[in-house]
Amino acid sequence: MQSHILSIILFTPLLGAFVLLFVPGTNKAAIRWIANIFALGGFLISLPLVPMFWAQRFDATQQFKFVEGATNNWIPSIGAGYMLGIDGISFLLIMLTTLLGWISILSSWAAIEERVKEYYVWFLILQTGMLGVFMALDFFLFFVFWEAMLVPMYLLIGIWGGPRKLYAAIKFFLYTLLGSVLMLLGILFLYFHHHTVTGVFTFSIPDLYKTAPQIPFASAVWLFLAFFLAFAIKVPMFPFHTWLPDAHVEAPTAGSVILAGVLLKMGTYGFVRFSLPFFPSVVMDSRVRGWMIGLSIVGIIYGALVSLMQKDMKKLVAYSSVSHLGFCTLGIFALNSTGLSGSVLQQVNHGISTGALFLIVGILYERRHTREIAEYGGISNVMPVYATITMIMFLSSMGLPLLNGFVGEFTILAGAYTANWKWAAWAVPGVILAAAYLLWLYQRVFFGPVTNPKNEKLQDLTPRELLTFAPLVILAFWIGIYPKPFFQILEQPVNQLVQTIHDNAKNSPVNAQAAPLGEKGSNR
Amino acid sequence: MGLSPTEYRLMLPMVELTIFALGILLIDLIVPREWKWINATGAFMGVLFAGVCVAQIQWALPRGGIGFLNSLLVDRFAIYFWYLFLAGAAIAILMSVRYLDIENEHHGEYYALMLLSVVGMMCMAAGIDIVLIFIGLELMAISTYVLVGFLRRDRRSNEAALKYLLLGAFSSGIFAYGLSLLYGLTGTTNLLLIQRAVSRMDPHNPVLIIALLTTMVGLLFKIAAIPFHQWAPDAYEGAPTSITGFMSVAVKAAAWAMLLRILLFGLFPLRTVYTPMIVFVAIATMTGANLAALTQNNTKRLLAYSSIAHVGYMLLAFVAMGTSQPGTPGFLDGLKGILIYLMVYTFMNLGAFAVITSLRQRDVIGDELDDLAGLYSRAPAEAVLMLLFLLSLAGIPPAAGFLGKYYIFLSLIESGHYVLASLAVFYVLFGLYYYLKIANAMFICQPLVSERLPISLGMRAALGITALATIVIGVYPEPFIRSVNWSLGIAQASHVAAVMK
Repeated sequence: MQSHILSIILFTPLLGAFVLLFVPGTNKAAIRWIANIFALGGFLISLPLVPMFWAQRFDATQQFKFVEGATNNWIPSIGAGYMLGIDGISFLLIMLTTLLGWISILSSWAAIEERVKEYYVWFLILQTGMLGVFMALDFFLFFVFWEAMLVPMYLLIGIWGGPRKLYAAIKFFLYTLLGSVLMLLGILFLYFHHHTVTGVFTFSIPDLYKTAPQIPFASAVWLFLAFFLAFAIKVPMFPFHTWLPDAHVEAPTAGSVILAGVLLKMGTYGFVRFSLPFFPSVVMDSRVRGWMIGLSIVGIIYGALVSLMQKDMKKLVAYSSVSHLGFCTLGIFALNSTGLSGSVLQQVNHGISTGALFLIVGILYERRHTREIAEYGGISNVMPVYATITMIMFLSSMGLPLLNGFVGEFTILAGAYTANWKWAAWAVPGVILAAAYLLWLYQRVFFGPVTNPKNEKLQDLTPRELLTFAPLVILAFWIGIYPKPFFQILEQPVNQLVQTIHDNAKNSPVNAQAAPLGEKGSNR
Repeated sequence: MGLSPTEYRLMLPMVELTIFALGILLIDLIVPREWKWINATGAFMGVLFAGVCVAQIQWALPRGGIGFLNSLLVDRFAIYFWYLFLAGAAIAILMSVRYLDIENEHHGEYYALMLLSVVGMMCMAAGIDIVLIFIGLELMAISTYVLVGFLRRDRRSNEAALKYLLLGAFSSGIFAYGLSLLYGLTGTTNLLLIQRAVSRMDPHNPVLIIALLTTMVGLLFKIAAIPFHQWAPDAYEGAPTSITGFMSVAVKAAAWAMLLRILLFGLFPLRTVYTPMIVFVAIATMTGANLAALTQNNTKRLLAYSSIAHVGYMLLAFVAMGTSQPGTPGFLDGLKGILIYLMVYTFMNLGAFAVITSLRQRDVIGDELDDLAGLYSRAPAEAVLMLLFLLSLAGIPPAAGFLGKYYIFLSLIESGHYVLASLAVFYVLFGLYYYLKIANAMFICQPLVSERLPISLGMRAALGITALATIVIGVYPEPFIRSVNWSLGIAQASHVAAVMK
């Protein structure tokens, strides 16, 4: 019998959005309660998945667990199916998504005053879209979620954003669409290639896993680039990151949390789920790999250096994301199990700590309506609890031992070191710079006397705000002190992935001349 | 010569529509002004009955039928298009009732001409004889010339009608010239016989090339492909908004049906000659239309350019088809792509025009981008539906427009046109940008006027049908893909399949 838990998790937020449609827009309290109940419900419903998944974490007999649906039960004519399934990698990201979705919605309680109903409706739709991306085992379904998710995010930035919201929203939408339409062509190529090899038209990802590595290198490299562009824009890797600061700065706080916490992970998830297993010969190619590692390292250092120079707190956090995600891609392209599992764990860590950082900035912004660092100083005197939590999250973000960031970054660096010690050496300054820009920010905002009289009467955290931080702080300590369960969850999928990459790269027709469907010429 | 019962049956929908058109003209004389909605009801009933007649043909003659000295071929391909025309006409009629009332031009001729133009379209889609196709084309074209200029007190409408008439008549002349050359070369007016004759001729025969070129000019003019598009923005902007919607879907679908009939039936042996030209036209159409649309501030004009851009995408599918061997996936998916695109486009584009039509108030023309400002606070349901139509036009899943784009990109990949495919997806970005301009105005800008927008019952129905179709085709496309497969005889053999072999 098929278990339907994934579908239930997937559609709970959408159900919430549907219910909200029938609540009159003037009744703001009811709307907030309903949205929060569904967001919390979405998180609670995903909790039973934890013991269920834990029980079969080492099960190597099937790559994807909790599979439901079939390969072509949705649109048989084109071979698209409603097929969901997860492995350890997507399991962690799904749990992160449900948690951050609830926290973001809770944090919007007081921040959103206008067009409240719409806001929660779009947010809940966004939540379903994100979950769908991590669950889909069918490329058509995946693409539908991947694109459909852009619309609510665009509206969240565009309607509830800051002064340059229009620019930021359009830039976000166009930039991400540019990558994804090229990916669509890549998907269609894989789909057609599968048909040429097997005679079957299907979008099923497990089926495509079997045929895609056989694509000759000359075509595969172009396909890899098409997918790379989609994911690199989403991550964002240097030099495709320019949409990120705009989108982050203009988005409302909860939008930033989701953007940093979950949306960016779709790029790294895409690399792990698609680029690596589909094009093993390409990612193992030293030139391609060199470029990927190079861009990651440039991203780490560049993001950190730019963060140092920011006057706006939110922009600082945004650029720090570029740096942190550079670590994640570095771990991925180290192409060994240490680097990969570190990378996935670091993705979760980044969601926790950067999500918290955006909440922290949002709390000050709600009280003072400015994010200029120069406006603040001595905040720890007026908001002691807030200052403590900020300290914990800053330390977690910069990678202090006993907190989550350390575990992730250390594992990634260990993986990179195993592959090539120079890579690790180049990336390490990023850790130091992270400490520099975060501690310097902390010093300027929190330490010293209260210089600005407007800051004297700031209210400390309310219980609701404290509640938004509680799970994040607990998780930061948990992963920092006892990360073993997380690595156990990742062990099986990561090992299998590394194994298949190396096997396929050996067997694939490297540099084969005759492309069965490539190279037929462009226009004629 | 007597008519066989089959022939009666085949022409029944057209006869029935003509009777309703003439009946509306007569009834219009006697009904008082406040009862003019009877005309609209009559026209709607006419379309419904025609739909029933088509369904009867579909049931009674599952393999289609041919009649009138082999000039009228009602195969599944024709039936598919007939349904599209009728759907487009029905929705346009629903949109028109209140609009004409506001424009104070509530005349029966409007609906009569609309029905007559549908008769013309039916002849174009089902014609297998160039004389019948040409007659159908002229019947449709002349009806639409009048409809474009229907707002006789509006100078823009008059200007549009005159431009459309002059350019249209000119292109029809060139088209007729091409057809007459074809007749001279082959000695027949039947497309299947023309195909047989042409396949025996040297494809580089200069007279044949001239015949092909002139015929193609006529066809490309009717689908408004660049460089034969100049009439479209003016005609679309000046025409009554409901007619703009009707023209952009039904008239365009008819032109495509004619193009496919002539190029895929009659001139199929020449496809190595005309496909390179279509490549050029397709690239020019996408580039020109997308660039021009970026700077438009009039929504009708913007959507006119966007509809030209959509023609560019469909032409790409035609390229994929023209360069693949018949029966290969590239060929089939290209052809399916065009048909699916036309179906999806019928609903999403009519929906968008329905929203713009509803903006027309007593004192507001409602076709500037500013008139859409803050639409969300004035009419939330309409704004959300408009967003749906725009996203669908841009090709964002799960709206229906994605399905059309999917097939076109797929056919390009399958026929190996990677550069063209990349170019096409690049222009999707342009498209998204100008559609978002409208969305921004609706959702993000502040409204200039605050009162809520009244929406008539007919308009509600039109919006409901188009929105439902856009969502359902997008989320569960299986039955619609099957219907296209059916119309192309992919499931079973039919005349089209015979040609494709």
